[in-house]
Amino acid sequence: MVWSESVPRFWRERARKYRLVGGRCRKCNSIVYPHRSVCPHCGAENMEPIELPRRGKVVTFSVVRHPPRGFEGKEPFLVAVIELENGARVLSQLVDVHPEDVKEGMEVVAVFRRYREQAPNGIIEYGIKFRPLK
Amino acid sequence: MIFSTKVGISGYGAYVPVYRVRDSEIERIWGGEGAPVEEKSVPGLDEDSLTMAFEAAREALTMSGVNREDVGAVLVGSESPPYAVKPSATVISEALGVTPKVIAIDMEFACKAGTTALILASALVASKAIKCGLAIGTDNAQAKPGDELEYTAGAGAAAFLISELSSDSVAEIECAFSYVTDTPDFWRREGEKYPRHTYRFTGEPAYFHHVISAAKGLMEEVGLKPSDFDYVVFHQPNVRFPLRAAQQLGFSTERVKPGIVCDKIGNTYAASSLIGLVRVLDQAKPGQRILVVSFGSGAGSDAISLVTREGVGKRRSSLSTLLERKIYVDYGAYTKLKGLLG
Ligand SMILES: [Zn+2]
Repeated sequence: MVWSESVPRFWRERARKYRLVGGRCRKCNSIVYPHRSVCPHCGAENMEPIELPRRGKVVTFSVVRHPPRGFEGKEPFLVAVIELENGARVLSQLVDVHPEDVKEGMEVVAVFRRYREQAPNGIIEYGIKFRPLK
Repeated sequence: MIFSTKVGISGYGAYVPVYRVRDSEIERIWGGEGAPVEEKSVPGLDEDSLTMAFEAAREALTMSGVNREDVGAVLVGSESPPYAVKPSATVISEALGVTPKVIAIDMEFACKAGTTALILASALVASKAIKCGLAIGTDNAQAKPGDELEYTAGAGAAAFLISELSSDSVAEIECAFSYVTDTPDFWRREGEKYPRHTYRFTGEPAYFHHVISAAKGLMEEVGLKPSDFDYVVFHQPNVRFPLRAAQQLGFSTERVKPGIVCDKIGNTYAASSLIGLVRVLDQAKPGQRILVVSFGSGAGSDAISLVTREGVGKRRSSLSTLLERKIYVDYGAYTKLKGLLG
């Protein structure tokens, strides 16, 4: 995940952040998130946007206790690698669960949340995170 | 008012955050007694009225099976939008994938804007100006710590996808009646963090006068009586008010209890009566009549009569799961979630 305080950049990326839009390589069929123009697996420049499934499982996770800029006051929070139902892997925050209750393999579902505020008088960035299904 | 063509709900949804604080915990800090509800919902640090609205709207849209391009309106009723200037409706529409050909607008009338959104979406569909419309009530209610409002100020959202009535509709929106006056019972000035209210004034001249006048107005206009309704849902600032309104109008307690959710999630403001309606739709059978009456300070009430159709019961919302899914927080964690720690 790359964070930038640019308003135009957030605006350009809104569809993939709001709607979990990744990229599918037309040559080797790999699915990547977020969407990018070059396939990281075969190098082909032939990627199409694809809306990804909203359910998946926690592959691995980490507790962030020293937050980066823009996330102060939110610690501790969870960042996890999620494997979606179609096999695509997504790096995302995991919410609505205490760090001690998270388990690898836990079923999760996408939710729409605040990412961060650029400043108290700035843009609020929204996007997809995941929460436990149950 | 009766709509020129028959319209109905083809999908609905609700959202309640996972966190709860018990009123006994608020009493422990502030020394109050006689809590108006048992516990209330508290949004996570990354939730607001916009994110909750999206979750409810996505559920409504998914349940309806309607194509995204057929959604011609997204009307968002709330008194707690994240921006003073910049619509929530555009973000929600973009996240739902229904932009750009859509009437998208934020609406404010304290706790009444959600039902007014429902009436306006119905009117737009009835006039054939649009094919389908989304009406949303959502709020993340704010209360000054220690104020009596803190015991009930909750968070949640409800959304309804309105389309022309079909064999698959969940419920027909039969008719509506609005009753408003200039009554200053509760307000928040621009730039102020917390609302002010006039304590006892909020009962008789505000809540009860408007709720009862709107309910009576609707029944008189279309010739219905309390016994014609199987369920009645009122705005729920606490448990006592809707029960008393039902009694004053001649509805038995059994008709009003199924839609009461505020004992478990508090007052969700613009979502309050609409989450109550979701609760009722989740348990209703086809052919039952429901009366919904909102109340918004300032002040006014919308009364809406609905009759469930064959689509009801085929699909249920996630509300009962959301009501059971809870993480309790103490007052310290509550102040962190509410952003009171700076
Ligand atoms: Zn490839």
